[in-house]
Amino acid sequence: MTKNIMIVGVGGQGSLLASKLLGHLLLTEGYDVKVSEVHGMSQRGGSVVTYVRFGEKVYSPIIDKGQADFIVSFEKLEAARYLEFLKADGRIVVNTQEIDPMPVITGAAQYPADLVAKMEALGAKVDAMDCLSLAEQAGSSKAVNIVLMGRLSRYFDEIPVEKWQKAIEDCVPAKFLELNQKAFLLGRG
Amino acid sequence: MKRLMLGNQAFARGLYEAGCSVVSSYPGTPSTEVTEEAAKYDEIYCEWAPNEKVAMEVAFGACLAGKRSFCGMKHVGLNVAADPLFTCSYTGVNAGMIICVADDPGMHSSQNEQDSRHYAMAAKVPMLEPADSAEARDFVKKAYEISETFDTPVIMKMCTRVAHSQSVVEEQERVLPEKKPYVKNIAKYVMMPGNAIRRHPFVEERTRKLIEFAETTDLNRVEMGDTKLGIITSSTSYQYVKEVFGENASILKLGMIHPLPEKLILDFAAKVDKLVIVEELDPVIEEHCKVLGLTVTGKDVLPLEGEFSQNLIAEKLGVEVPASKKLDENLPGRPPVMCAGCPHRGLFFTLAKNKCTVLGDIGCYTLGAVAPLNAMEMTLCMGASISSLHGFNKALGEESEGKTVAVIGDSTFMHSGMTGLANVAYNQSNSTVIILDNSITGMTGHQQNPTTGYNIKGDPAGKIDLEALCKAMGFERVRVVDPYDLAQCDAVLKEELAVAAPSVIISRRPCALLKYVKHEKPLKVVCENCVGCKSCMRLGCPAISVKDGKAVIDTTLCVGCGVCKQLCKFNALQNR
Repeated sequence: MTKNIMIVGVGGQGSLLASKLLGHLLLTEGYDVKVSEVHGMSQRGGSVVTYVRFGEKVYSPIIDKGQADFIVSFEKLEAARYLEFLKADGRIVVNTQEIDPMPVITGAAQYPADLVAKMEALGAKVDAMDCLSLAEQAGSSKAVNIVLMGRLSRYFDEIPVEKWQKAIEDCVPAKFLELNQKAFLLGRG
Repeated sequence: MKRLMLGNQAFARGLYEAGCSVVSSYPGTPSTEVTEEAAKYDEIYCEWAPNEKVAMEVAFGACLAGKRSFCGMKHVGLNVAADPLFTCSYTGVNAGMIICVADDPGMHSSQNEQDSRHYAMAAKVPMLEPADSAEARDFVKKAYEISETFDTPVIMKMCTRVAHSQSVVEEQERVLPEKKPYVKNIAKYVMMPGNAIRRHPFVEERTRKLIEFAETTDLNRVEMGDTKLGIITSSTSYQYVKEVFGENASILKLGMIHPLPEKLILDFAAKVDKLVIVEELDPVIEEHCKVLGLTVTGKDVLPLEGEFSQNLIAEKLGVEVPASKKLDENLPGRPPVMCAGCPHRGLFFTLAKNKCTVLGDIGCYTLGAVAPLNAMEMTLCMGASISSLHGFNKALGEESEGKTVAVIGDSTFMHSGMTGLANVAYNQSNSTVIILDNSITGMTGHQQNPTTGYNIKGDPAGKIDLEALCKAMGFERVRVVDPYDLAQCDAVLKEELAVAAPSVIISRRPCALLKYVKHEKPLKVVCENCVGCKSCMRLGCPAISVKDGKAVIDTTLCVGCGVCKQLCKFNALQNR
């Protein structure tokens, strides 16, 4: 059975490292893996989405509506935007950080209130946490991606924590390794 | 070793393993990484060419000399390179030559959604279409074999979902092909009428042989399942079809998309009750099947526009799709924006303030068209800003000359802006051309170009002097401004628009995302000074917002460019 993880956020938040880490980890665990990302125009501060799929044999590189087992969101509004991709029993892991999009910055729109509660009201399982504070605690606001991976790792009973830590070691430059391992554990909680 | 590779990375691996020696490309999403990854192999000479036409001619020269060669581009790049393409179909090759063209269904990062398969048909060259990374690598090797066996360049067509998806590839060794010495052959390689007229029958005969090849090659394969439904498909559409139907349909997966087989398709059609063609964009396979006399379902139910997905195919072909829930409110969109500290912002602000009509071009700075600046009114294709401005001013004369400008990036100017500028110089329109020189090719992810002074590997290279170039073309007025200095931009723009002579303004400052660019400390808001006038908000900088009537600086985004400070009359924005 193919499992689907969507990583969503704002261009420039570091989702490429998260998908690289997941892809590497799942491949070493013996799964067939596909990771799909969008480059170019969408990366300039726009809404970005990456698909990670794994299982015995994966065909489509993308995840469609109603299919995501997990939505890992770097930002609250983006979690809400992609909610319809979530499976009926899927889970959202979301950083509660709010990044105003241009229509909000210019005053053309308001940042919606109570998004977590609204998503929960629709039956979504939402694991919301302030990843930015944890990342800063680990030593850099840029480590939000690894904090989120730490949180996500709680839902993978079949993959021991050491395997995640080894994957981080393989994917992160040595000088940032300690910071990222710390961020991972803070996220995992 | 098994590795996850982007389709483009696997393509580059294929070039390495197949013994490719020379690569010349122009960057363009989603094709760029093929060349970037190829450049990591020291065995392959790689370069960024000024444009796709040059790149294809370089690759042709290299294959003529006897080395396997490659050029890569996005779909619209093939329009630029169409001239050499159509005639190197006639000359054929010496060593193998592959052209990568990457389509962008869904237009994630493109100005149109053209279907490149038409080029293979029109130029009469074979086209292969891989469906994942492993196939991308394997097909490169097969493409070189086809190229050398049939004496033809071969196009490999990628698309966003194959180019930018990672899947598993098992690496193999590099094998150098046998040597192909260059032999003088005027009848084959000098395409003047008397020779070309003799090459055309060769091209037609080659296509006949390639159709025979298409009947039996393992590039095309049949996967029999339930015979109630038969599906002919290719590329990423194959993956969606497998996802939806698995064994519940029989599939003819085409890896060679031109020329298409005939007998193979007819045999497959005979084995299934109903035949459906699943292909993104235009009905290329479908039309071929109809010519063969088959009754098929295709574009009567599937869309001509946009990219496909598993749910789209399921829905259109009567398979249930999973339920999903949506928040019942309008969420604010998050369109891409110019980055904080982007040097283009100050210049576009100046253009908006002066109510200029701005004819634009292709690059990050196309974002000058979005709110709140809304400071661009036309974007067509690479280089069109300058030539269109010339036409605009020739049409309207004094009515437009004093308030209309062209804006074009440094890389786009090198690509095809120079010829437009030559036209301004030659046919003398009173045009003001602004070159946005951010010292890099930005949108595609920071590739070097002929004005940056570095090559694809980051080593020092030739550097074209833009001022000297414009002056050599005959422009007496060439001005350089710093787009972080709003007063200077405003003064120079006004002067150049007022003067009755063609002029070039070079707005020069490197892209804020370049690693070597040192950032200033984020600005701070002095709350007691801020009156909430929102003057700073006119810039559309993602680092500035207004909360509770006061400006707020996002210190994680602000790079201290200080452009907003120049707009604040109350000294509320200050350096730390």
